[in-house]
Amino acid sequence: MKSWLLGLFLLTNTDLYTTHSVVEGLESMQNYDYTKYHPMDEIYRWMEDVERANPELISSAVYGYTYEGRNITLLKLGLNDTAGSEKKVIWMDCGIHAREWIAPAFCQWFVKEIVNSYKTNKKLGQMLQNLDIYVTPVINVDGYIFTWANNSTRLWRKSRSLPPPDSTCYGVDLNRNFKANWGTIGVSFDSCENTYCGKSAGSEPEAQAVMDFVGTMVNQTLCFLTIHSAGQLILLPYGHPEISAPNYNELVSVGQAAAVEMKKVHGMNYTVGTSPQILYPNSGSSRDWARLIGIPFSYTFELRDKGEFGHLLPEDHIQPACEEAYVGALSIITYVHDKAFKNGAVTTVKHFTLASGFTMTIWSTIVAVFVTTGFMV
Amino acid sequence: MGLRIIVVLAVLMGVTGSPTTTVRPETTSVDTAAHPNSIPEMAEETGQNEVFSEEEAAEDVMATGELNPNHYPAQRAAKVVQHYLTTRYGSPYRLFGLHRVHSGNAEDVGDSGRKYQLEISVHEIISNTTQKCSAEVFFPHGQKQESPQVQASCEELLNISTKAQEEALYQQYKMNQTLLSAQNLPDSHGHIEPDMKLLWHLGIVASSFIMLKESSENTLYNMAQVANITQLETEKEQLKFNCHTLLHDMVSQEILHWKLLFAWSPAEGVKVLQMEQLPHCQHCEKPPNTN
Repeated sequence: MKSWLLGLFLLTNTDLYTTHSVVEGLESMQNYDYTKYHPMDEIYRWMEDVERANPELISSAVYGYTYEGRNITLLKLGLNDTAGSEKKVIWMDCGIHAREWIAPAFCQWFVKEIVNSYKTNKKLGQMLQNLDIYVTPVINVDGYIFTWANNSTRLWRKSRSLPPPDSTCYGVDLNRNFKANWGTIGVSFDSCENTYCGKSAGSEPEAQAVMDFVGTMVNQTLCFLTIHSAGQLILLPYGHPEISAPNYNELVSVGQAAAVEMKKVHGMNYTVGTSPQILYPNSGSSRDWARLIGIPFSYTFELRDKGEFGHLLPEDHIQPACEEAYVGALSIITYVHDKAFKNGAVTTVKHFTLASGFTMTIWSTIVAVFVTTGFMV
Repeated sequence: MGLRIIVVLAVLMGVTGSPTTTVRPETTSVDTAAHPNSIPEMAEETGQNEVFSEEEAAEDVMATGELNPNHYPAQRAAKVVQHYLTTRYGSPYRLFGLHRVHSGNAEDVGDSGRKYQLEISVHEIISNTTQKCSAEVFFPHGQKQESPQVQASCEELLNISTKAQEEALYQQYKMNQTLLSAQNLPDSHGHIEPDMKLLWHLGIVASSFIMLKESSENTLYNMAQVANITQLETEKEQLKFNCHTLLHDMVSQEILHWKLLFAWSPAEGVKVLQMEQLPHCQHCEKPPNTN
């Protein structure tokens, strides 16, 4: 009975304006070139289009403002969960460091892939009913815009906060500003340097916005992914050489499983380890903050390449870099989802086997509903 | 619309079925009571403490003995070998990248420094071939920053001959009516005009001399960009170039600006004649008008 009423309610609420808006958004989305780098105004517009085109999957939220007053915007990907059980959260952010252009490119790619496959990929559709994936394509908006200004600004890393009183140098390394052993190692207190950690933990609005927003959802958050370049690394907490996460072994094995999947795509090696092992010690990173407040899985992805082009990754590398990163991210998301929901699905995101018991349940239920209600589709 | 509701209902019924996946025994016990801003003491962290005691990566205690090839000490030493090979054998048609570190060993040489022995694979970028090398890198520990010393032997490094191509390019550049000049290689989008690629390669080889000279156990240098490269008048059969290069040090995350004067000929390879580090001019970057 309920399904009849629900169906009727939904049908009457779909008006022509919404349909037109959806069509417009879809067209825009299809014309968007995911294999090119986009300036910030195009990314803001793309976020509007993608939300408009997929109202049942995507909503947006502004959860903070940059130093220069710009919106920090995320897209929330998730499907209606009519069972009413509490949805778990996956967090993904890109572009904490302004010059790492492949990272925002990947966040956009990720959203596009989900949009294009969730209706046909049963596993993905199921996960989106249990999870909300929060994607921030660009956190350091001011810095990103600055890197587009001219040839001499392209390699800027930090935010664009004003110099402190005794200095002429702008910006804070946002990935050293989080409340996680702030200021202890792998940082500079010189505002002219690229690892300047700011005047205090969380002093920067961009970092504080993430901590405030994710802080309200910490109990539901399964996984925190922060996307950077370059180096082809999967970093696990902590950045401090003498502190280990309690689930270190599991973090390593899940990371290594992701790296194995990534290598299958284009043969690229991604090294897995803590930052002090495979890169350098550091403190105040968003990854460390997430693990410290209790989010069990927290990773920094360092995408392509290993030094040939570095941060100036050519546009014809965007697609392969994003294809492998997508597989890696999804591997981790699938793992944490399956762990949290302990469901009977044996299907992976890539494969759909009719033989699985879970799938048989779906189909037999659909048939049963058809037979009992006579509801015509 | 209706089918969607049915599928949702069906999915829900499936989800509440019995699980077939094994439940992993590890609990993610986390100490959320610790104030996020403190350095958590080992005793406060509940449950399993996995202190990774294999290497203390504190900055003044570097690993010795057998090294984990994926960890940064071996990786940084191997990168130095890449720069060395580029200075010795690099040309517009031969460039090296570090492919893999297979094994590494480090030992202190009294107080004078530390010596690394490495088995690595290097990737010759232009022919897209990979080959193994054995190398030794010695980092001197002195008051003054001194360059590392490298010895390397690679099985078939020069197997693919580039002499003919180099000679042709050399003649072409020598005969230029107008002297070549290029900026921003690669540009902001990672793009390089096809006829500027070889100039970019020359800039990389020349920059490798600086990267080699400046390397230590606390750096990891890569090319960031050739900001400007300009051909000068040929002198004594050597092509000459002025170059403004940007280097990236992964460890400090800084971009270092250097100016170079270098010569090239197929016979002599690249030779750096002058090099000078430029100050990092912070206040030169005026923020654009915000809109």
